Amino acid sequence: MTTSPAEPRYDVAVLGAGPAGLAAAVAAASTGSRVALIDSASRPGGQFWRHRAGDDGTRQLHWDTFRALRDALERVEHLAGHTVWHAERTEQGFTLHTVNGGAASEVACRTLIVATGAYDRQLPFPGWTLPGVFTAGGAQALLKGHGVLPGQRIVVAGTGPFLLPVAAGLAEAGARVLGVFEAGTPARFTRHPVTALGKLGEAVGYLRTLRRHRVPYRMRSAVVAAHGEATVRAAGVASLDARWRIVPGSTRTLDCDAVAVGYGFTPQLEIPLQLGCATRLDVDGSLVTRVDGQQRGTVPGVYVAGEACGVGGAGLSLVEGELAGLHAGYTTTDTRLNRRHIDRLLRRRAALRSFAAAMHEAYPVRRGWLGWLAEDTVICRCEEVTASEVRRSIVDLGATDPRAVKLYVRPGMGLCQGRMCGYATSWLTAQHHGRGVRQDDLLGMSSRPIAQPVSLGALSGHADD
Amino acid sequence: MDVIRFRFDGRGIEAEQGQSIGAALIAAGYRSWRSTRRTGQPRGVFCGIGVCFDCLVTVNGSPNQRACLTEARHDDQVATQEGAGRDHLAG
Repeated sequence: MTTSPAEPRYDVAVLGAGPAGLAAAVAAASTGSRVALIDSASRPGGQFWRHRAGDDGTRQLHWDTFRALRDALERVEHLAGHTVWHAERTEQGFTLHTVNGGAASEVACRTLIVATGAYDRQLPFPGWTLPGVFTAGGAQALLKGHGVLPGQRIVVAGTGPFLLPVAAGLAEAGARVLGVFEAGTPARFTRHPVTALGKLGEAVGYLRTLRRHRVPYRMRSAVVAAHGEATVRAAGVASLDARWRIVPGSTRTLDCDAVAVGYGFTPQLEIPLQLGCATRLDVDGSLVTRVDGQQRGTVPGVYVAGEACGVGGAGLSLVEGELAGLHAGYTTTDTRLNRRHIDRLLRRRAALRSFAAAMHEAYPVRRGWLGWLAEDTVICRCEEVTASEVRRSIVDLGATDPRAVKLYVRPGMGLCQGRMCGYATSWLTAQHHGRGVRQDDLLGMSSRPIAQPVSLGALSGHADD
Repeated sequence: MDVIRFRFDGRGIEAEQGQSIGAALIAAGYRSWRSTRRTGQPRGVFCGIGVCFDCLVTVNGSPNQRACLTEARHDDQVATQEGAGRDHLAG
């Protein structure tokens, strides 16, 4: 871990090449800054614009925006295939420790823009570890990134508007989608004033696609079990009451070969947490980074844009990314900022944020899901910790917060470092103590000093063993 | 789309250039290529984007590679991973 006294090579390093990161990198470069865009994938786009080589964007949203941003990367050094596993402050700014395949390298920068996005949030249920059960984003990634369907008869379930494009995409690609089972009742959302923003049009388009493929969309229902031996063969679908408790006798079994499930998103905060950025609990119950009107985190020199400062979709990510990129660029190059343009971006940010907040309020996670768990339902997939083991650590061993649960019975101690089970473990702990999930619960399951596994071989300069 | 070929537990698998090992295995009809350390349960792709570490597989002798991220390459030797994939290190 060296601290270089030399002038950092880059004024701005952007982490993540999704909508927020691309917008940030291009905006920063437009001010004359020297910009590095670091991303673990081989192609830019992130999860939202995940695509295959030669993809013409036919089934992509806002593809023209992506193409314009990609073309503007000429002025940016794009470090594709680079994963940042640790970030540290230096006198001049930051050093980012990265691995690219088996090779380790360091990137020095004066300011940092974190645009690391989010991944699907999960609620465990019996059978969710069976092969053939995918996250909603995973099912979509197989299709968008690799042209592969996760199955032929697919059940889509969870909560939130993201289920719609996932199901529509699978149906359009030829899968038989047996239904979209939305646990919430988002119908009220359509009457919310901010939906006048027009984003509803997207949802209407997806619903039309689902209708064309005769895919039923059912609210207040969920996949509460997956059945099978070596792979999923059926899904248990139940009706839920308003608190997401299973309506007795309502469970029916659908024969299927894949389940795609997601209950919102969890932002990736490893890097801002490593650097000491303050967080808050967002409307959707996610831990997110605090930012100000310039997208600055609470640590000087760190900007955050996109889902890492609040889940809000690609449109909001683009605006936040541009704001972060312009401000980081203006700061490092001492150029004058265009106040009118910044004000326009801020107004757009405010509108899109209130839309996101209304959306989150329309799709809350209700506590009844805890009743879907059986004693032997796995909570932590990595360490194979069951619901009863988690409860035992709380009831018998007296754990009052998820971090204590983690120390006693190991959920979150595996390779994913609590990314999959942190939310559920927090719920289980909070529920037992008769309270809601707090920021500290999620923080206790989110600290990852090493963001990604890195081999000793890579660190010592030798090829991976 | 160029086709490449690799081996999975000795069987031939075809993949399109650029596909991940995980995607190619799913396209070929496989769902799992790992058994868990504690209870020996089968696992395959779950998150599909490199976050959950469920799809670990041994590639050309290196265990714990994420099949969802690792691009399939011609002549790769891919093997089911038992437990932590390092049993050979145990006495």
